[in-house]
Amino acid sequence: MTSTINSQEKVVDTNLKMQSIDLNAWFGPKQALKDVNINIKANSVTAIIGPSGCGKSTFIRCLNRMHELTPNAKMTGQILLDGQNIYDKQVDSVQVRRRVGMVFQKPNPFPTMSIYDNVAAGLKLTGTKKGKNLDEVVKRSLEQATLWDEVKDELKKPGTSISGGQQQRLCIARAIALQPEVILMDEPCSALDPIATAKIERLVVELKRNYTVVIVTHNMQQASRVSDFTAFMYLGSLIEFGPTRDIFESPKNPLTEKYITGEFG
Amino acid sequence: MLSLGFLLNNNSAGGIGPAIQGTLILIGLTSVIGIPVGILSGVYLAEFGNNKYATAMRSINDVLTEFPSIVVGITAYGVIVIGLIGHYSAIAGAIALSFILIPIVARTTEESLKLVPNSVREASLALGAHKWRTTLSVVLPTAKAGLLTGTLLAVARIAGETAPLIMTILGNRYFFQGLNQPMAALPLEIWRDSLQPQASLQAQGWGAALILILMVLSLNIIVRLATRGRNKR
Repeated sequence: MTSTINSQEKVVDTNLKMQSIDLNAWFGPKQALKDVNINIKANSVTAIIGPSGCGKSTFIRCLNRMHELTPNAKMTGQILLDGQNIYDKQVDSVQVRRRVGMVFQKPNPFPTMSIYDNVAAGLKLTGTKKGKNLDEVVKRSLEQATLWDEVKDELKKPGTSISGGQQQRLCIARAIALQPEVILMDEPCSALDPIATAKIERLVVELKRNYTVVIVTHNMQQASRVSDFTAFMYLGSLIEFGPTRDIFESPKNPLTEKYITGEFG
Repeated sequence: MLSLGFLLNNNSAGGIGPAIQGTLILIGLTSVIGIPVGILSGVYLAEFGNNKYATAMRSINDVLTEFPSIVVGITAYGVIVIGLIGHYSAIAGAIALSFILIPIVARTTEESLKLVPNSVREASLALGAHKWRTTLSVVLPTAKAGLLTGTLLAVARIAGETAPLIMTILGNRYFFQGLNQPMAALPLEIWRDSLQPQASLQAQGWGAALILILMVLSLNIIVRLATRGRNKR
């Protein structure tokens, strides 16, 4: 009873928004995550870095139960959100995803919807728009995503008609509109140019005032610029986790040091 | 030859009105029965079809798509005309045609839904939308052009089917008499008229053929217009 964490054992530290406990994940026979334990602090930015195929994306897809949508995928372990295991039987995966929003690697606005409808989509699709002023929500979300000034005169245009960087901020606005507690970002800048990337990075730092952010990135400079905590993963295992400055300035594990100095990866 | 009377009068007055009316009724009835079933099957196969039932359903569907229409006709004759109703009827024809329409619509629906990128589905699911809501409000609208094309082309295909009609609706010289009565249709009109010795009846058959081709052609033009409009936007 001492080492295993069960549902009775409430988390004392209210600063912890999410925790992964002994997380293992598989795609068919292939193990993608091995005993990953990470604590995610509220109102902070946590970066997950590591070479391709190390399980970064799989990890954050476990945080909002998107992993289980992949055919043949399975996982064991626990993910706590405010102390509650989101994989408990009585927890509805749909409700989890409303609290834990996600932004994908490639901008994916709904192609049949206008900019306005894309932002409002979350409220409409989840049937939670009752009693809310949609115009207000759309404006606020686009403002928070620093996109409002660029699109306010063309809200009726298709969501796919704007540039890639704008589309990615539109997707962030779409996630924000539901007012999630946590926002997961899966390499949100990998398809963008440096200027669009800089905008998103500034936005990520802004977002942590209201949300908890977990960002997967290939780009180590990006991790050091935007994050408060960094987790370095390799071959499905968590190698090192700590405050970003410690990871980049005095890594404890030789593997971490090799990776951030560019010796492999 | 192509006077208004030819299009509107019944056969005794030298027109093919009953056949045109019958074909329109058949197309309508078959669409009402077949399109919802076909689209629902296609949605099931594409979005929920990751199991062995769907695999079985998919191969049965493939066989049905290639099924000779005369076999569909003789089956409908045995089961519906003789078995269930006891005589030739319009509804038996619509059901027989549905069995030709459904597999085509199901197949094209599945194909068009598969063209919708998975990232679009994931975007909706990650917002906390249910799977059914994602399918209904995100995936289907994204595939709308493909669905429309596939459905209209399937309708054009059944509009010209003859063999199943010979054994189900039989044909009729008069206007619509009721769903449980024999009914006229353009393919039957063409077939019957062309076998007659009189030159005037043969000419009537050619006229009916022209009308049928024009109907199918206009369906194809509608498809073109509908899909072009979508691509432009």
